[in-house]
Amino acid sequence: MPRRDDLETILVIGSGPIVIGQACEFDYSGTQAVKVLRGDGYRVVLVNSNPATIMTDPEFADATYVEPIVPEVVAAIIAKERPDALLPTLGGQTALNTTMRLAAMGVLDEWDVELIGAGLDAIEAAEDRGRFKGIMEGVGIATARSHYVTTLDDAADAAAELGYPVMVRPSYILGGGGTGFATDSAALRPIVANGLDESPIGEVLIEESVYGWKEFELEVMRDAADNAVIVCSIENLDPMGVHTGDSITVAPVMTLSDREYQEMRDEAITCLRAVGVATGGSNVQFAVHPGTGRRIVVEMNPRVSRSSALASKATGFPIAKIAAKLAVGYTLGEIANDITGATPACFEPALDYVVVKTPRFDFSKFPTTSGTLGTAMQSVGEAMAIGRTFPEALQKALRSLESGAWGLTGGAQERRLGELGDEALLEVLARATPERIFVAAEALQRGIAPDMVAHRTGYDPWFVHQLLDVCELRHTIATSDLDEELLRTAKRHGYTDRQIAALAVLDDDAVAEMRRSLGVAKTFKTVDTCAAEFEAQTPYFYGTFEDECEAPVAGDRSVIVLGSGPNRIGQGIEFDYCCVHASFALAAAGYEPVMVNCNPETVSTDYDTSARLYFEPLTVEDVLGVVEAEQPRAVIVQLGGQTPLGLAAALEQAGVPIAGTTPDSIALAEDRERFADLCRRLDVPQPPSGTAGSAADAVHVANAIGYPVLVRPSFVLGGQAMRIVYSADELDAYLAGLLGSGTIDLAAGPLLIDQFLDSATEVDVDAVFDGAELHLGGIMEHVEEAGVHSGDSACVVPPPTLSEGVQARIADLTLRLARGLDVRGLINIQFAVRGEEVFVLEANPRASRTVPFLSKATGVPLAKIATWVMMGASLADLRRDGRLAPSGGSIPGRTAIKEAVLPWKRFQESDRVLGPEMRATGEVMGIAGTVAAAYGKALAAAGHAAPRDGTVFMSLNDRDKVGGVAVARALVEHGFRILATHGTAGHLARNEVPVKHVDKVGDGPYDPVRLIERGDIDLVINTPGNSRTRGDAVLIRRAATRHDIPCVTTLRGASLLVASITEPPHVEVRSLQEHHATLVRSGGS
Amino acid sequence: MTTAHLVLADGTVFTGRGVGAPGVAVGEVVFNTSMTGYQEIISDPSYAGQIVTMTAPHIGNYGVNEADLQRTTPALAGLVMRAVSRTPSSWRSQGSLPSYLESCDIVAITEVDTRRLTRHIRSHGAMAAALGSDREVGELRLLAERHGSMSGRNLAETVSVAQPGMYPAEGATRAAVVALDLGMKRDILSQLQRRGIEVEVVPAATATADVLQRRPDGVFLSNGPGDPEPVTAAIATVEGLLDRVPVFGICLGHQILGLALGAATYKLPFGHHGGNHPVQRLADGSVSITAQNHGFAVDLWSLSPAEPTAATGELPGRDLLPEQVDTAFGPVVPTHQNLNDGTLEGLACTGIPAFSVQYHPEAAPGPNDATELFDQFAHMIGAGDATA
Ligand SMILES: Nc1ncnc2c1ncn2[C@@H]1O[C@H](COP(=O)(O)OP(=O)(O)O)[C@@H](O)[C@H]1O
Ligand SMILES: Nc1ncnc2c1ncn2[C@@H]1O[C@H](COP(=O)(O)OP(=O)(O)O)[C@@H](O)[C@H]1O
Ligand SMILES: [Mg+2]
Ligand SMILES: [Mg+2]
Repeated sequence: MPRRDDLETILVIGSGPIVIGQACEFDYSGTQAVKVLRGDGYRVVLVNSNPATIMTDPEFADATYVEPIVPEVVAAIIAKERPDALLPTLGGQTALNTTMRLAAMGVLDEWDVELIGAGLDAIEAAEDRGRFKGIMEGVGIATARSHYVTTLDDAADAAAELGYPVMVRPSYILGGGGTGFATDSAALRPIVANGLDESPIGEVLIEESVYGWKEFELEVMRDAADNAVIVCSIENLDPMGVHTGDSITVAPVMTLSDREYQEMRDEAITCLRAVGVATGGSNVQFAVHPGTGRRIVVEMNPRVSRSSALASKATGFPIAKIAAKLAVGYTLGEIANDITGATPACFEPALDYVVVKTPRFDFSKFPTTSGTLGTAMQSVGEAMAIGRTFPEALQKALRSLESGAWGLTGGAQERRLGELGDEALLEVLARATPERIFVAAEALQRGIAPDMVAHRTGYDPWFVHQLLDVCELRHTIATSDLDEELLRTAKRHGYTDRQIAALAVLDDDAVAEMRRSLGVAKTFKTVDTCAAEFEAQTPYFYGTFEDECEAPVAGDRSVIVLGSGPNRIGQGIEFDYCCVHASFALAAAGYEPVMVNCNPETVSTDYDTSARLYFEPLTVEDVLGVVEAEQPRAVIVQLGGQTPLGLAAALEQAGVPIAGTTPDSIALAEDRERFADLCRRLDVPQPPSGTAGSAADAVHVANAIGYPVLVRPSFVLGGQAMRIVYSADELDAYLAGLLGSGTIDLAAGPLLIDQFLDSATEVDVDAVFDGAELHLGGIMEHVEEAGVHSGDSACVVPPPTLSEGVQARIADLTLRLARGLDVRGLINIQFAVRGEEVFVLEANPRASRTVPFLSKATGVPLAKIATWVMMGASLADLRRDGRLAPSGGSIPGRTAIKEAVLPWKRFQESDRVLGPEMRATGEVMGIAGTVAAAYGKALAAAGHAAPRDGTVFMSLNDRDKVGGVAVARALVEHGFRILATHGTAGHLARNEVPVKHVDKVGDGPYDPVRLIERGDIDLVINTPGNSRTRGDAVLIRRAATRHDIPCVTTLRGASLLVASITEPPHVEVRSLQEHHATLVRSGGS
Repeated sequence: MTTAHLVLADGTVFTGRGVGAPGVAVGEVVFNTSMTGYQEIISDPSYAGQIVTMTAPHIGNYGVNEADLQRTTPALAGLVMRAVSRTPSSWRSQGSLPSYLESCDIVAITEVDTRRLTRHIRSHGAMAAALGSDREVGELRLLAERHGSMSGRNLAETVSVAQPGMYPAEGATRAAVVALDLGMKRDILSQLQRRGIEVEVVPAATATADVLQRRPDGVFLSNGPGDPEPVTAAIATVEGLLDRVPVFGICLGHQILGLALGAATYKLPFGHHGGNHPVQRLADGSVSITAQNHGFAVDLWSLSPAEPTAATGELPGRDLLPEQVDTAFGPVVPTHQNLNDGTLEGLACTGIPAFSVQYHPEAAPGPNDATELFDQFAHMIGAGDATA
């Protein structure tokens, strides 16, 4: 069937901010879909509130709405744009759920919008766990025995019937939110209560536990002519009970015979047909009993997913792109496989390599979490690696994580685990943690039997024996002389020179040298979807150690862009966005962009993005391998965040040309003491600071600087441990805590102590410097005060409260620093402003998190400008040839706000207070006529829209009580009722604000936690005290998190939120293209 | 493990480690892209005389078991792998692959850059090779050079049964079929039995009269190894059977039917061996993902010499099939086509009950997308409404 000509305009819904369980894989899929649909001549309308996505770049869709993905807003967009069809399957759970709400509201019928890809009924059939099971039963596919319930009592009955332990799974959720195991009825109640809350329809499934079974996933595609193919099979190393998003996974399936695999394949296709997914990709998950082979279906997702992004990268089969084509009528046989160019997309990729995905966790940011993995996803990112064998791919994937491990063996974790006794080791072996794979390796190294390791971990024995091979090799390297054969074997098992050197007690360089002389060289193989059966057109490579290298002979126009590796808190999609822009900019300037990255979720690792893609870990050795093959003109390190920046010095030392700012300048900015010297020389004010090598020293330094101070260790294991300290007592307690627990080691680096600038306004600046001229991208004023990490605070463009004098001062300091650091390319600076005084907090000679936001707010593609500058163009050149608009500035008459999105819901034991350590996973953007209205949009987009009426609970610390009066008054004027804790209530009452005080938690009818649980409170404003927050306040904030009540923890945030409530609730929707058009006009050409 | 070499007739050398039986293997080297099912591949008689390269790197992961074998003794010449598993894991496993290879006297090599080998075969075509541990490269090369091509060898008769054998239907017997064994896989047999068909498996060279004298409801032509042309006895038998009894052929059986109808066959550069080939059913455009294993193909144009096309003035390529050709047995139409390279994947006589497919509807290994072809045959011979 050819393309549908009855459709003209198609609406695509994105997935919004990056949250755990829904990350930049949806930018990858959405970008592909938008490109394809537009390429096919459709008019594409896109809505996505996440400014850091490539898909929301104005050149991708015809009309791009950076607006909240909530039904009311999408309805307004539909009313305005009149799309013929809506494609709901590419924006994750957010898009599916929004679509269902739109349908329920009658919006789709009203405007006659057809759902393409998956219809309502199919979405419901897959998402409603109860219905899904019924359908599976109907077609003879087994599922776990279960009952679905809507009340606690029914849950208890169901569990009793099934027998404990049971699994609790809410309907319509993502990333395992609200799921859990209950081993007895006492444990069951809270889990079910939470699950009922989590499920938008208040339904949970009580299910037989299949903990410990083997877990598999199949990625299926189906077209309108009912052809179906399996794109990829994935096997989880971690058994059932660990969410697939948190499991180490392997493609293709390793431990199933053909017969078992084909049965699973048949069921996956039957499942898709039975559920009624008309076209597109779906993901079907299976569990298989390791001893009997009994197989059940766990769930199916009727949309592209995290796994489908992984599958696309793992196979070279672009699922989202094909799904978009299928949705508009094409059949699989009509679409070409663009990797071979010669064969159709109707086939099943054959892999001649092994792919391993490893999840990345940031538990250290949430110290109160247990660190145990379960059925709810907790990882914040992932790395993928390709090798010819499982051991090779596994070691590559583990070192790609940048979490301190050099591979399966070697690195920080090995030292730590080495100290555990055998007993203790066996105990942790049974616990699913991010470290378990290393624990297994340590156990095998100690001679613990593979069967025992398999039994404790639930890993299939085949995998354990593969781990054993790696461990045995470790022993051989440590105990015998390195010869060519051993070296080659080690490399083929994924060992790096560094791992080998450490074991053989040699220098890293010595191993590299030895390899060179013995001819043990890295080779690159192509990812071609067909195991070399056909010639590949698409240059997508991975490194391995084989006879033949397939990388093309190096030309002289290649420029390498180093990506940012796995997403983690503090380094996410924003940096990938910048790398992708670099690639586009390089291509536009006639270079051949070459991407190196290991994050499967991203647009940068789409084989379509760059001239060549090397899917490789971002380590010095791996990057040098690519450099050797490519002989690049330059390597770009400043766009991928801290990861490539950290490689710059070593690369330069190896003779690699670094584009733009030199590694020495980078080091100058990163070394606090050298940077402080520079600031002194440049007459750039910084807060007073000092360093301390001991606890006693620290007290002296802090006294000299004056409290409050900001204290942070320069070297920490695990947590960042940055703290604002208000008094000598607090400092003592803090030091005792850190030193006592061994979290920090002052021998490894001193404590850094800065004066903490209290009540200061924080400002972020991104700029491009070409050596002579500075392009100031914009001044972003934070909503929250300095002391809340720039990544966790909202920021506003143009700055609403900064005086012209301050803005000029900021521009001047930026120029001075750019010059002083001899920047070529991007620089990001954080300032703290107090009155008219401006201090520099830090300068980063690289792209920052705010680059994409700022680019969208101003219409200037900063990362592209920076790339051209790095390659030698001047800003004047760029203006002359029209690549840089003649004048900057933000959208006239509009304010743009970026708001952070934090993962409190996932880490419910954590206290949701903002501080100097970043914990946000993502961001949204709101654009509107006033600061307050823009903030209102941003809040709605972030998923915590402020209530318009109801009851507000307030509890303010002493410093905020005075300022809190105005906030309370505004709320009352708006008809809110105010409840407050004693002190706050007294203060408000004294200022004539009508208020009622509540009781202590656990005490009396006005127990605030009980009020929250009963749904009697609509908004919590709670600013924590100076010292470690304690008692009631924490319980109240946790209760708010649990029950999804908006909760503000800073007074500035509260003020702006209240201002946004008082704005009229009018929904103005405007596309980025419309916004930018006003820019061009005002830019005056 | 000892160092082993695989040397191609053109002198290209691959080095790895020896596994399986000691000694030397000589044969035509081909590659198979299936990611699962090594056991079915090793025991498939169609690989007689061939050294099979598995492109999937890990082989032997789930061990070997009785149930998945296609024939008790493998016929292939040798096996090339990237990484063989010594310690398998599966609830169905009865032993490891290396010990199985040893017990079946199959020479194999592992740790080979199989992708380089595959690319070499892809661009230079399937060719003779010799494989062995502790042998001089020169000696192996000589063996490979002397081996010559698969074309012209009657390999089917070497793997065919010596004596007829009877296999009862599962459940009630609805029909009886004679299967001409050119190297038949066990899973084909069970597909037939499962449909209530009693099968008598007879040697490849069984004469027409001997077949007819058994009064079968239908005749099945099995898969098998190598070049169809030299399998002259079977071709003659089938010619005699056409129009007298319904015929269904798979793989080599399909080629034999083609030859019996008067068509020619030709050798593909490196054949189709894998589990992911898209095949389109021409009647309705639907696509199945199929298992394939063949080095030769039927050329339908040979029955109706192609005219240069009006548009280009050139002969239509093999990716274009004639709509219909005329034979001594009436019209023949192509029914299936390979979407990758356009080769013929199935044909049917419109005047008499006979049809065949080039691919493997029994899968084993591979997807089960096409099992309905067995239903079609069952229907043709009057065992139709047996639901398996
Ligand atoms: N019955 C069960 N017993 C044990 N573990 C289970 C069961 N059902 C699901 N799981 C585990 O929980 C995880 C999440 O469940 P799933 O239904 O896939 O939810 P999600 O929609 O979050 O992916 C799965 O990956 C699996 O490891
Ligand atoms: N001297 C200071 N006074 C007030 N706040 C500060 C000071 N130094 C840092 N901060 C706060 O801490 C946050 C993180 O500090 P920063 O030096 O930028 O570290 P990072 O490298 O993690 O971005 C800043 O965004 C700011 O809010
Ligand atoms: Mg799941
Ligand atoms: Mg900072």
